[in-house]
Formats: sequence, structure tokens, C-alpha cells
Amino acid sequence: MAKIKGDILVNVERCKGCEVCIAACPSSTIAMSKEVNGKGYHFAMKVNNDCTGCMNCAIVCPDGVITVFRGKVE
Amino acid sequence: MEEPFVKTEIRKDENIVYKRTNLLVDRPLSYCPGCGHGVVHRMLMETLQEMDIQDKTIGVSPVGCSVLAYDFMNIDMLGAAHGRAPALATAIKRLWPHKFVFTYQGDGDLAAIGTAETIHACNRGENFTIIFINNGIYGMTGGQMAPTTLPGMRSSTSPYGRDVQTMGHPLKITELIANLPGVYYVTRQAVHTPNHVRKTKKAIRKALEQQKENKGIAFIEVVSNCNSGWKMTPVQSNKWMEENMFPFYPLGDIKVDGKLVEKKETVVKE
Repeated sequence: MAKIKGDILVNVERCKGCEVCIAACPSSTIAMSKEVNGKGYHFAMKVNNDCTGCMNCAIVCPDGVITVFRGKVE
Repeated sequence: MEEPFVKTEIRKDENIVYKRTNLLVDRPLSYCPGCGHGVVHRMLMETLQEMDIQDKTIGVSPVGCSVLAYDFMNIDMLGAAHGRAPALATAIKRLWPHKFVFTYQGDGDLAAIGTAETIHACNRGENFTIIFINNGIYGMTGGQMAPTTLPGMRSSTSPYGRDVQTMGHPLKITELIANLPGVYYVTRQAVHTPNHVRKTKKAIRKALEQQKENKGIAFIEVVSNCNSGWKMTPVQSNKWMEENMFPFYPLGDIKVDGKLVEKKETVVKE
């Protein structure tokens, strides 16, 4: 049976590390990285494969750095 | 750096369900991390894109944190003198009645120095949209006390909390202007959770649609956080806003289709 799965792509250099997306994610898919980007912010990254592509993180992101994908996987 | 947990079979162009709109210019926003301005900017631009009125819209940017809004929004915009955005928008709308006109103002701009312009523009029943971002503080200049600061709230000019005996009461400008006859639609929203963001977007859409009907001002207040001014992390400030700002500034529609709404929506915690 095909399952609907999601994926997110974070624009690392634009992320300001505000962590609002972490509070909005229902599947705890996002966490802050240990590394920092060019501006010295810790950035959001995926930490598991539970993403459903619900778009919550992308909608609350103040800087609009998250692109959301959703598709069927066999 | 190696990115873990990449699903290459899903990460294709045809599977994109959400992407930053290209009506926002591709440059980093100047706002602090976690600031609600970015979300409101994006929702406004997405609404314009859905209505396909990018070339028919003129915005007026204020003085305050969002003074550089014209740098980020890829539409025609003008910068107004401090507090005078409703006056400028009045002129634009009268000269080009077929254009969609909005002002984007903060609480220091709209509720302090621009009170007279706001009230008179609303009372005249001008036909444009006001988007009012209320964070209860003068964010840009360093977190001073604003007319919208809550009683007991600390700011850099009221370090022991706002004392209503000596500093006066907070101004609920949204309720004030809702009573004016020229105002057609008044609502108060927030942008800290996905649900609230979606509601805010619907309110913006409704307000812009109403400009076609020439009925009067649409006024959208967005209660937002100011984590730098409140000296908190973004997530903490959103929680603080839910606990302290929403009881004083309850969310929901205040005036719809020219009629005051009797029952107000109660704050639902998520």
C-alpha cells in the first residue's frame, strides 16, 4: 500500500534559529543543529523520518525558509 | 555538511506543497528571529498572489520595525511619515479608486503618533485596508512603553511594570474604531500557531475582497510577539503572549459586514 510521506528542505543560510517550527511540528521531526550557519545561528534540521508534509512548520516560519514536499512512497 | 534523513524519492519539484512566495523579494528579512512580522508579510503576499492583484496593489509602509517593508514586498509601495500612513492611503485610494490599497502599521505608529489620522480615516469611511501589528511595545527603538503596553508589563521605560495611576491605561484602539460608522470589518488575529496564521490569512483575504465593494475600512489587528523587546526567547514570548496578551486583547471578529459582533470568540489554548 502506498503511503503518503513528507519531506522538508530548510534554507540553512536564511534560518535564524528561532525554534518556532519545533513547537509547531506534530511529529517532532525538527530539531536545532549543533552546527551554525554563516550568521552564527543554529538552524532547523530533520531528525527523523516521521514527516507527513503537514506544512505547519513552513506556515509559522517567520522567514519562510522551509519548503515542504509531500508524495506517495511504495 | 551531510544532510541526514533526506527522502530523495519525495524531494522533487512536482511534490512541492509549500514554498516561500516569490512576491517576497529574495533577500533576508531584517526582523529579529521569531518575529511575527515575517509571517504577516508572507501571508499578505500569498493572498495577493492568490487573488492575482500584484500589479493592482499599492501598499503604505510605516515607521517602526516594518519601515523597510517595501524592501521585501515585490509590489508598489510608499513610505509614509510617522503615523501618517492612513492619510497617504486615503490620497492614493481617492486618486486610483480601482487599486487595492493597504497600510501596514505597528502600534507605535497607528495607536500613538498616528491616532488622529487613524480615527479620522476610519470615521470618513475610506475604502482601504489597515493591517495593524500590536506587540505592546516600541520594538524598533529598544522596547519602550507604548500606548498598548499592558498594565504591570515591564518595558525599558517602565522597569517596575506599567502603573496605571501614573502612566495611564492601555489603549484598545481596535475596539475604539469598531464603533465608528465608516468601519466595515474589524478583526483581531494572531500568528504564533499554524491555526492562527491560517485564520489571519483568511481575514486578510476577506478585507481585500471587500475593497471591491466600496463599503468602508477593513481593519485587521494582529497580536504579535516582540521577543527582543520583551527579553524572552521566541517560544517563551509566544507562550507569554497567550497567557497575558490574549485575555486583554481577545482574538476574534469585532465587527463584520458593518455590524458589531455581540459574542466574542474565547481564547482557545492549543
